[in-house]
Amino acid sequence: MVFVEKVKSALRLAAVDRTARRLGLGPGLTLADARARIPDLAVVEMDRPADQALVERIADFCDRYTPLVALDPPDGLILDITGCAHLFKGEAKLRDDLLARCTRAGVDGRAAIAGTPQAARALARFVGAAIVPPGGEAEAVRLLSVAALDIEQEAVVALGRAGLKTIADLEARPWRPLAARFGEEVVAALRRTLGHEDIRITPRRPLAACSAERGFAEPLLSAENALDVLASLAGQVARALEQRGEGGRSFEACFFRTDGQVFRLTVQTGRPMRDAKALMRLFSEQLDALADPLDPGFGFDLVRLSVMAGEPFATAQASLDGRAVEEEEVAALVDRLGARFGPQAVQRFEPVDTHIPERATRRVTAAALAGATFSWPEPEADMPPVRPVHLFDPPQPIETLAEVPDGPPIRFRWRRVLREVAHAEGPERIAPEWWLSRHSGLTRDYYRVEDTSGRRFWVYREGLYDREPETPRWFLHGIFA
Amino acid sequence: MHETLSRLRASLAALEEGVPRQGNALFKLGLPAMDDHLGGGLARGGLHEILAPAATDAGSAAGFAAALALRAMEPGRSVVWVRQSYGETEAGQLHAPGLAGLGLDPDRLILVRVRDALSALRAGAEAVRCSALGAVVIEPWGETKALDFTASRRLALAAGRSGVTCLLLRIAASPSASAAATRWQVAASASEPLAAGAPGHPTFDVTLLRQNAGTAGQSWRLEWNHDRRIFRDAAPLSRPVVSVPAGRPARTDLSSLARTG
Repeated sequence: MVFVEKVKSALRLAAVDRTARRLGLGPGLTLADARARIPDLAVVEMDRPADQALVERIADFCDRYTPLVALDPPDGLILDITGCAHLFKGEAKLRDDLLARCTRAGVDGRAAIAGTPQAARALARFVGAAIVPPGGEAEAVRLLSVAALDIEQEAVVALGRAGLKTIADLEARPWRPLAARFGEEVVAALRRTLGHEDIRITPRRPLAACSAERGFAEPLLSAENALDVLASLAGQVARALEQRGEGGRSFEACFFRTDGQVFRLTVQTGRPMRDAKALMRLFSEQLDALADPLDPGFGFDLVRLSVMAGEPFATAQASLDGRAVEEEEVAALVDRLGARFGPQAVQRFEPVDTHIPERATRRVTAAALAGATFSWPEPEADMPPVRPVHLFDPPQPIETLAEVPDGPPIRFRWRRVLREVAHAEGPERIAPEWWLSRHSGLTRDYYRVEDTSGRRFWVYREGLYDREPETPRWFLHGIFA
Repeated sequence: MHETLSRLRASLAALEEGVPRQGNALFKLGLPAMDDHLGGGLARGGLHEILAPAATDAGSAAGFAAALALRAMEPGRSVVWVRQSYGETEAGQLHAPGLAGLGLDPDRLILVRVRDALSALRAGAEAVRCSALGAVVIEPWGETKALDFTASRRLALAAGRSGVTCLLLRIAASPSASAAATRWQVAASASEPLAAGAPGHPTFDVTLLRQNAGTAGQSWRLEWNHDRRIFRDAAPLSRPVVSVPAGRPARTDLSSLARTG
């Protein structure tokens, strides 16, 4: 079986299975040539996104070994296992465990361990199984082709033309002229592959501030058990946070299934928190809201709880009037509602310095504003409110009969109902913000009107007669109480 | 006989969870006649339903709910207002400066926006349980199956236990079975015009549709005073409700009028 994709208007093989490889087919061959050699070829179109998704899934699964997992496109993964190997009784055991799990899941893989990511990459791709002792990178990669370096295809071709076939060839040359002729990248890749220079990989997931995990030889078969484990991990994390004098703002629970599937739950809180019970309540709120429940399948064999973001935790001081306790309770409610309905569903108002009514306030996630207060316009004593309770955004067009040029409407039609205006006040003129060119608009004259049935509306005329080019139009912008 | 009955009543009351324990706290609306009729005021830890059959009265109903919340809560506490997203497209968004104009500090308002009525009731029930709040307003839009007697009973019980006033704001809906302590119907009412014929203070026509402990069916015209955060008796209408509009110049010169839109 072969996978094909279109490269420059020719169908070429993108990947082949084992049988096809044995028959001498390989990536890069045109489909026509391959058909000529093997007439009864099974051809499938290449699906790169699906490939990518599978690699991502494997990367998720690799999170169990180390938090530092990076993608090496198109089909590689780089794991930084510094300080992790002893948890699996050594590097070789870790690699064997990883490969065994992959094979069980039906994924062929090769893995090499070396001192630098580039050396390990070269060995895994071009040699296969290898564990290089510290400092032995140069020895291990010396005989590999230059294609094993992490460089562009053009550079590989250029090196080949110059007769430099192996890494040993390159190593023997003076590096300065090499950099001048083939580019700095070639020399940098060479240094890294030979282990002269080590760089950090960029992990695909942010690093946790602290975490606790528990693995099981016998997988947990029920979601309840997994949650019990999570609760005890929450206790551990809470103690760890207490020692650091911190509280978490964002927590992530990962449930690793034996078949490689990983479930993640995240909760965010409005203030630093380290109460295990409250944390578990947030997690169960989120679980309740999930469309698909935590499905144990063949069982979970690893549960991890990480604190993704921490902040200094101010130890609460009991105030005499109990106001602080109330504030805490309200903040906890905001967190619970946020965990259930999504943080964006729970909002607060923030004033914006503008006169345009629909932009005068902004709705912000309540958790982000914890405790902040703003100055709002004070209502004038013994005067009715000048702003409506409900505001339409966008404003609703109305048909009016109004005095020219700047009288209030005498009657108007909104949502097919004709309303006679009994009282009106205005205009309150709001000029467009001409200094912000993107918001330039027409002048608005606002009127507070009351119709004969007693309903109070906020209407405006957009545009001025004779002074602004367009014919003025009327809108209903809000409803007063 | 009388003793046995009262003893039974007491034991029943002990079994009944919904009865607020610490002092059956009431809050007054401000009109002596009205408070007397309500037996001293409205129950603070209770469920009160505010009905606005016409969608156009959404603004008045929201204003009345905000005013009731202000009457019910201690100053400085927070209000949770749960809205269904559909209500926003129909009646408009809650406007913070407008609420500030009624006396409700927007910093003290937590807005929860959910997709359907069921979620609104869930979020509301969660909020009502938090005794640190001042009041909770739940606003499902229109007729909804999710809001049955059981759901309202749950809210009433939670409110009784936490002592938080729960206001169920029902716009474009008709009365249905509910466990609310009181049910009000609200509509906008003509205000007393200010100088130069400007529209006056927020004025409501409210009807007490039902009351658990007392007679119902009375109507009042209320005016909200945001300075003192209190209701007062609106001046009697000086003109028929539907009339030739007063307070604007008699229409004489039709040539100066323009029809737009």
